[in-house]
Amino acid sequence: MEWEAVIGLEIHAQLATKSKIFSGAGTAFGADPNTQACAVDLALPGTLPVFNGEALQMAVKFGLAIDAEIGRRSVFDRKNYFYPDLPKGYQTSQLFYPIVGPGHIDIELADGRHKRIGVTRAHLEEDAGKSVHDLFPNMSGIDLNRAGTPLLEIVSEPDMRSAEEAVAYVKKIHAIVTTLGICDGDMSQGSFRCDCNVSVRPKGQEEFGTRTESKNINSFRFIEKAIKGEIARQIDLIEDGGRVEQATRLYDADKDETRSMRSKEEANDYRYFPCPDLLPIVIDEDYIEAVRKTLPELPDARHARFMEQYGLSDYDAGVLSAYRDLADYFETVVKAADDPKLAANWVMGELSKFLNSNNLGISNSPISAGDLGGLLHRIKDDTISGKIAKQVFEAMWNGEGSADEVIEAKGLKQVTDSGAIEGMIDEVIAKATPQVEQYKAAEPDKRGKMLGFFMGQVMKASQGKANPGQVNQILKKKLDALCD
Amino acid sequence: MFDKTLAELAKGLDTGEYSSVELTEAYLARINKEDGAFNSFITITDEQALNQAKAADERRATGDATAFTGLPIAHKDIFCTQGVRTSCGSKMLDNFISPYNATVIEKFNQAGAVSLGKTNMDEFAMGSSNESSFYGPVKNPWDTDRVPGGSSGGSAAAVAARLAPAATGTDTGGSIRQPAALCGITGIKPTYGRVSRFGMIAFASSLDQGGPMTRTAEDAAMMLNVMAGFDKHDSTSLQTDTPDFSADLNQPLKGLKIGLPKEYFPENLNPAIAARVQAAIKEYEALGAITKEVSLPNTSLAVPSYYIIAPAEASSNLSRFDGVRYGYRCQNPKDLEDLYKRSRGEGFGAEVKRRIMVGTYALSEGFYDAYYKKAQQIRRLIKQDFVNALEEVDVIMGPTTPEPAFRIGEKTSDPIDMYMEDIFTLSLNLAGLPGMSIPCGQVTAEDKSLPVGLQIIGNYFAEQKLLNVAHMFQQATDWHLSVPPSVVAESK
Repeated sequence: MEWEAVIGLEIHAQLATKSKIFSGAGTAFGADPNTQACAVDLALPGTLPVFNGEALQMAVKFGLAIDAEIGRRSVFDRKNYFYPDLPKGYQTSQLFYPIVGPGHIDIELADGRHKRIGVTRAHLEEDAGKSVHDLFPNMSGIDLNRAGTPLLEIVSEPDMRSAEEAVAYVKKIHAIVTTLGICDGDMSQGSFRCDCNVSVRPKGQEEFGTRTESKNINSFRFIEKAIKGEIARQIDLIEDGGRVEQATRLYDADKDETRSMRSKEEANDYRYFPCPDLLPIVIDEDYIEAVRKTLPELPDARHARFMEQYGLSDYDAGVLSAYRDLADYFETVVKAADDPKLAANWVMGELSKFLNSNNLGISNSPISAGDLGGLLHRIKDDTISGKIAKQVFEAMWNGEGSADEVIEAKGLKQVTDSGAIEGMIDEVIAKATPQVEQYKAAEPDKRGKMLGFFMGQVMKASQGKANPGQVNQILKKKLDALCD
Repeated sequence: MFDKTLAELAKGLDTGEYSSVELTEAYLARINKEDGAFNSFITITDEQALNQAKAADERRATGDATAFTGLPIAHKDIFCTQGVRTSCGSKMLDNFISPYNATVIEKFNQAGAVSLGKTNMDEFAMGSSNESSFYGPVKNPWDTDRVPGGSSGGSAAAVAARLAPAATGTDTGGSIRQPAALCGITGIKPTYGRVSRFGMIAFASSLDQGGPMTRTAEDAAMMLNVMAGFDKHDSTSLQTDTPDFSADLNQPLKGLKIGLPKEYFPENLNPAIAARVQAAIKEYEALGAITKEVSLPNTSLAVPSYYIIAPAEASSNLSRFDGVRYGYRCQNPKDLEDLYKRSRGEGFGAEVKRRIMVGTYALSEGFYDAYYKKAQQIRRLIKQDFVNALEEVDVIMGPTTPEPAFRIGEKTSDPIDMYMEDIFTLSLNLAGLPGMSIPCGQVTAEDKSLPVGLQIIGNYFAEQKLLNVAHMFQQATDWHLSVPPSVVAESK
């Protein structure tokens, strides 16, 4: 039987506010345990939450970015359950009236297909603290630094049909929240994590199969592996005559498998009700318009502009516009180099190669966008050849200075004096009698291919510094003159 | 000295008749000597009180004093007080020393007030008799076999027994007004949001409101001037201007329109209570007021809807008491579930557990619409009843309670009977309106005089009006000066 997977995702994006969603405590990652938790975060008796307006603004930005309805009146609800890292015994969230209503994004797939994925809702909530089980013998530790950090939970429609689509969706959401500057997107620190709801059904069947939820997956690769694994597990289970149990599962990256955390029967009754300590958030058109004015250019719009303005291919424009850091870097290079295609080739080629092999992100590149642009400018004005430029690039990567400094220090300036180039060519021709004879003997339309040998010799003689265009031109003229 | 009101004591401090230290020492000595009979204090803060009194005397000497500087008062043990045990009447918090001050405490500190100690209360403010306190029941100074009312019973008894000139209280369904009525003192529950709830341990967040418990309306205005005001730490606190609550006390009442809801004078109302309330209304007519019958048709729905909403909120508010971070933790927990079950099972008393269970049930999947949502709908109807009635009249009056103080143990076996005690008071909490109780006479039960309270209900933000209406009554009558017979001799 042919099976079809149905996938819906819940993404938790930590909002990059300075303070927590309901208290004045800081949100920086990595502080000593419990040093960023105030009386409110500790849920001391009598403490009350006060909503952080910065989180609201960020949530509205997201809503506008995915073309969603913005809740004019959204309400915080309490989700009640007991856990040691949940100090109040309830999580403040938004169930009934979320801040962001239905919206959508478009994803691009490897085969060039585009697909629209619905976003059901996005709501504000607070993160819990962390339980530490391996630090104290026979006891668990609780670190409440993360408790109360604002989260935007982004819930998709069950619109995805493969792990590939799911990953494309997650990457797109990731690109949007980082472009908006509302989330640092750091998955390894848990700033951006994903719950995957997966079910399978015979292809063509309309109703959904029983789904499982794999929680808190924190890398694109793990999302793909967890979904693929879960799809395979479910199909195997059903084909072996079993049934999928509705359950919450945990993805174990070490073992690359999901395992059951709790079944439906063990599921909590969260007893949601509106939080009486917080007023409903009421926002008007003016507020929304003011936020809209602060929106940066989003990946889709930038993608289109890169094609239009710089004449880039769909693929190149897509890669370069996906992340704000990269897109900003690219545009700075374009400005300095004054050649968008050259800039695209270098950013996606040499620079990416070096960054990847050193495991660096674009924001940590040792070569600034301005400096890379400076290098490319020297290619464009014929100061150096593309080949020499790679040598200069490597020197710049190693901190030996700007393009001009490296070219100067290493004497890499291109030879464009045609007299000097002619001299070198004459020397090469004089030494290469057999090749000259072959050239002369060849049919005129085969001669072009044979030019390569002489080009190589001349470039070698010039230590790569001769202007290749000039060499090519003069060489051709001289050899052809010998044939007459 | 112990019969003096806050206003009178402030004059004495002003004229230098006594210092704050002398006043404070006198009260502390009296509490230590007399409170054994009433059990109105959970914690007496001698040392802090004397330090505050010294500081107040110094402040007065510099000329930087407020009207409140140096005045000793007591605080219900629901207000978090830095460095002091804040128990909320529960074993759960018997070991909890608050690391921070409630906004109300902070405001009194800034005004230079002296805190004598923390008063007894029903556990987590759940009760109408003060019998659910982990620290034992409070005795009514008018008859120590009887309850003082609740949940602010310790504050009411302390003021009635002249152990403090005034005290703070909180009112979720009548917890200021009912004990004020039963102990013969003055109490006001302000409009919801008038007094910050920050640091006031939550029972039912949408209903809780702090307020003063005093000898007179004039003193209540003085207290409210300190307590009220917007607080950025409480999202539900009112952003409206805070008036001078003492400013309008002496406005004449000629033409005042008093609404008398027929639902507040049911046939089964204790006739002696009804007579005292009717007499008070006659007194108002003598002062120039006009009375009019009004109707609050949904009054009978108030108790059932309140006992869904309040427990529902409480069931969530009290989840934080889990034995993990502070408060009571059971001995040798086997595992996490055992820690939760036994810490909460052993740390909470019966009434608290009952309400947590009721509230948990009401919010459960499948019951939410039938209970919580329905109760919220009724709540809107009740509010609309008051809005309609207050379009026709300036204030509404009736008895604060259906009965005078009952005997300790009399109602503990029947929670519904106990809940009916709040029938006239809790509608206001559901509506968020301000209400007041003032002494309007006494009835006799088993040879003992027991006070009767007149409830005065006003429109939103109309505390000034309520205080004015109460004050003019107290200028014309002297019920508020009555002292429990057992207390009189000692306070001379």
